[in-house]
Parts: sequence; structure tokens; C-alpha cells
Amino acid sequence: MSKQYKGIGEDLWKGRPEKVNAELFALTYGALVVQLIQDYEDYSEVNKQIDKMGYNIGTRLIEDFLAKSGIGRCADFREVGEVVSKVGFKSFLNITPTVTHGAPPPPSSPRPGSTGPSQASVGSSFTLTLDENPLAEFVELPEEVLEGGLWFSNVYCGVIRGALEMVQMQVEANFISDVLRGDETTEIRVKLIKYLEEEVPVGDD
Amino acid sequence: DEAEEAVRSRLEAIGLHVGANFTERLCRDRPLFGETLDAIKFICKDIWAACWDKQVDNLRTNHRGVYVLQDNSFKPVSRISSWEGRAEAIRRAKLYAAMPAGIIRGALSRLGFQTTVSPEITSLP
Repeated sequence: MSKQYKGIGEDLWKGRPEKVNAELFALTYGALVVQLIQDYEDYSEVNKQIDKMGYNIGTRLIEDFLAKSGIGRCADFREVGEVVSKVGFKSFLNITPTVTHGAPPPPSSPRPGSTGPSQASVGSSFTLTLDENPLAEFVELPEEVLEGGLWFSNVYCGVIRGALEMVQMQVEANFISDVLRGDETTEIRVKLIKYLEEEVPVGDD
Repeated sequence: DEAEEAVRSRLEAIGLHVGANFTERLCRDRPLFGETLDAIKFICKDIWAACWDKQVDNLRTNHRGVYVLQDNSFKPVSRISSWEGRAEAIRRAKLYAAMPAGIIRGALSRLGFQTTVSPEITSLP
């Protein structure tokens, strides 16, 4: 399954007619973060705003992703992790973060009416380890930014959260470490909170 | 409109940052431009191509410091449409041109020129 995803990701990346200059992308994102820091001055607020932007991007990005990849519903959260890293990240950014799946959650007592095997995934998580980060190409964070707790690439977390919410999964996505901060690795942890019910769209009556 | 002006100035600021830094990287191994016109041509060709995959379609000047760069299908606004009609779309598109204007201004400032850049959208495809 994994090899298949790799192939799909690769093809999608190659098949995209419009690509933006990577330097321009990184510079623009950096300028955006600088502007946000000027506007909000509070680094945790900046993190929130970046996450929010990512969320808005993610809710739209998923449509493009589903339309172009034709990938169907994932059987479990483990598969979600594989798809996000090998097809998602690959097709948009041409990077493939390493996926590490978390330990499966302890089995909860069977509840009447619980649907299918997927419910067992709730509480599962996976960690994405980014060996390269296109957003951080030219970035060095000054001391006060480091101390302030900025997660420079927090937009990724928002994108993941927004995209997965559109396919009925409520997740938490957070940075655990970032080489920009002097850590050994850059890691994002994604945890499944719950599956969302399909909402009936508001009708005309 | 105050809110729109705030957005526009922030977008321009982002563009300034991008244009200046990008120009620095592109011009690292080049000698400085002797003539103002050469700098403008650099914008028309290199910056435009790097950002928007094409070159400027038309360049005019009054030889007294005003240059008009014309792009007949400017990428950032080429797909904009509005259910409120053409005129409204053009009005809103102006905001999308704020960042590119900033990029141009930032690029020129890094090359040593003080400028003002005014985007104008006369029609949308």
C-alpha cells in the first residue's frame, strides 16, 4: 500500500502544471510571519493566527487533493498518516515527511451502536518528521522569537487540521520540535480526537 | 475605506520584504546597474519571470522618471471574477495587486532607487 501511495504522490507532483518558485514561496511566508509578529507582538497569538490561516487553506486544499488524487476513504487513522505524508505533502511540497505511528489507544469498553472498526482509531496518533522544510529555507530565528515560543511553520498544523476536518476527522496537530528552534528534529504530532458526523446541509425550509 | 487601506499597506509591506530579498539573491553575482532603465528592464524580465513565469508585455516611459509596465494577463488577477459584475471585480482585484506592487518597489529599493508604484487594472480577461 505504501509503495502505491509513493507512486501516486510522485505522479501528482509531476503532473501539476503550475508551480511557484520555492524561494519566492519561502520569502513570502517569511514576510507574512514578520508582519504578523509586528501586528500581534504576542508569539502565542501569532502561532494561533498562523494556524488559523493554515486551517483556511486546508479546508480548500483537500478539495484539490481529493479531485486530483482520487484517493478514497482511509480504512483507519494509520492509513491517514500514510496518505498525508506520502501523497499530501509530496504532491504539494515535494517533500515526504517520515511517518511514525503512535501506539494504538487502549481498547475502550464496547459501546452500543458504535460504528465499525474505525471508531477504534480514536485517540490514535502519528508523528510527521520533516527532514526538509521548504518554508524555512532562509530562516534564522532571533533570540527573543525563540524565547517567545513561536512555531514558525505552524501553518502546516492548521492545514492538516482543516483538511482532515473536511473529511470528517477532528484532529489536533501540533509541533513537538523544530530545528529552527535548535531542536534535533522537526516534528508534528497529529492526534485523532473524534470522527465527525456528516452534517445535513441547512435546507431551504 | 480604512480596513481596506490597512490590508493594502500590509500586503505592500510583505511585497517590499519579498522584492528586496529576492532581488538581493538574484543579483548576488551581478555588477550594479548603471542606468535606471537597466534596473527597470531587470524588473520587467527577471523579477516578472521568477514570480509570474512570463515577462512584461509592454514598457513605456516619459523619459522623465515615469515608467509604465504593462502586463496583459497578470497572473495574480487573471482568474478573478465577481458575482457583482465586472466593475466590482476590477475594483476588488486592485487589492490583489498590492503585494506585486510591493515586490516591485522592494526590488527597486534594494537596487538603490526610491520609487512609488501604483498598480492600475483597466480590464480583466
